[in-house]
Amino acid sequence: MTADVGVLDRAWDLSPGVSVRPESFGALLYHFGTRRLSFLKDRRLLDVVQRLPDCASAREACLSAGLEPDELPAYGRALSTLVDTSMIVERDCSKEHL
Amino acid sequence: MTATALPLVEHFALGLDAPICLTWELTYACNLACSHCLSSSGRRDPDELSTAECKAVIDELQRMQVFYVNIGGGEPTVRSDFWELLDYATSHDVGVKFSTNGIKIDAEAARRIAANSYVDVQISIDGATAEVNDSVRGEGSYATAVQALQHLADAGVSPKLSVVCTRYNIPQLDEFKEIADRFGAQLRLTRLRPSGRGADVWDDLHPTQAQQRELYDWLVAHGDGVLTGDSFFHLAAYGEALPGLNLCGAGRVVCLIDPVGDVYACPFAIHDQFLAGNVRSTGGFAGVWRESELFLELREPQSGGSCKGCDQYDACRGGCMAAKFFTGLPLDGPDPECVKGHGEAALAAVVTKPAPSLDHSHRGGVRGGPVPVQISMRRPDRACDEDPLTGMSLTGLPA
Repeated sequence: MTADVGVLDRAWDLSPGVSVRPESFGALLYHFGTRRLSFLKDRRLLDVVQRLPDCASAREACLSAGLEPDELPAYGRALSTLVDTSMIVERDCSKEHL
Repeated sequence: MTATALPLVEHFALGLDAPICLTWELTYACNLACSHCLSSSGRRDPDELSTAECKAVIDELQRMQVFYVNIGGGEPTVRSDFWELLDYATSHDVGVKFSTNGIKIDAEAARRIAANSYVDVQISIDGATAEVNDSVRGEGSYATAVQALQHLADAGVSPKLSVVCTRYNIPQLDEFKEIADRFGAQLRLTRLRPSGRGADVWDDLHPTQAQQRELYDWLVAHGDGVLTGDSFFHLAAYGEALPGLNLCGAGRVVCLIDPVGDVYACPFAIHDQFLAGNVRSTGGFAGVWRESELFLELREPQSGGSCKGCDQYDACRGGCMAAKFFTGLPLDGPDPECVKGHGEAALAAVVTKPAPSLDHSHRGGVRGGPVPVQISMRRPDRACDEDPLTGMSLTGLPA
């Protein structure tokens, strides 16, 4: 679970070829490359995922979506699952920081 | 994270805004006359959707974000616009998985499939030997399938080898796996349904109770390495659930569009009883999906009926709606292949089975048509189209 901290502190984009479909309970994500389907069981998690490309870190995306600090570990774990299934990919922001 | 969070499967049972995927039978025309064909295919229907109408459906699926379609038939590749429609779908964000008996899969077709990364193909075969396969699918169909597999392997395509499990091929499970491995294919086993012509041969072909157990054990032993299209969820009552949703998705997360545009609750339910509407109607496919009375009814909480008191109801949820309907069983009772044996008892009390609504079978059969191993009358089947959720891996995200 320590890896989750890393997830929160890095910047992410949706993978190319991933389609996001909002549903009343959250959203469905489909990866056309791997043919995998993921299920976001929470509208706020969808909000976080949609904010990722515009935020410098997943933590920033979570906080801007209105999450409380004590909720971050659970969302970090959820995001880790999306990393493991290649739904989101790390964005190289070294240039931005320089 | 929210107080109202439901288990994933409960969300699906209540229906989604659009199907995750759906089965689309492009034509009733088929070069074969498989004895267990669940769509009673053979002859093209003169009212089949035109190329332009098919493209309009694809446009609608794109707007609804239906991620992919499982294309079947009939034999879909005999449509002259098959490749055109396939390319149109994948260039409009609708992935394609199609089932074929292999008749049109030559070297060029294999290269074409290899070049489109949003296309998956599955080759139907219902026996690991020509003898067992051809007795159901017709003379020469085994050789055709093997040749198609070779062309695909030569082109670097990794297809699925799709098998409908019968009494005669369950002893060949290991051999199927060997064939799949030989061609770099992934094995996919699905359930024989008593739909279409399958109703005529189901008594002869469906696995025995002992074979169901053998199949279950084999599936558990092979885990994720073998796909099932989520079609054996009735076997979950043996104990451990098999990979997949273990849910009847009919009208909730999946459905079927037939060659004339009729929308049915599931691929195995081509019958007036499960007809929700037609894509040619004013509201199009989306209107049918969102507003048809049948689908709204299917999305209501299910009572469980006479199965409610069973200690395995939560595992199998009463089994397959289509299997019950076409064997004449009540929809709120046990599956005909209930592993607890309740189906057999119920079948003994069946007086009449529903008459088919449609039949596009070749009149008089086809040359080299199937000759049952034993005494059945016909056999059909196309590798039955599987549940549209086949091959899908679900990741529930903890909130």
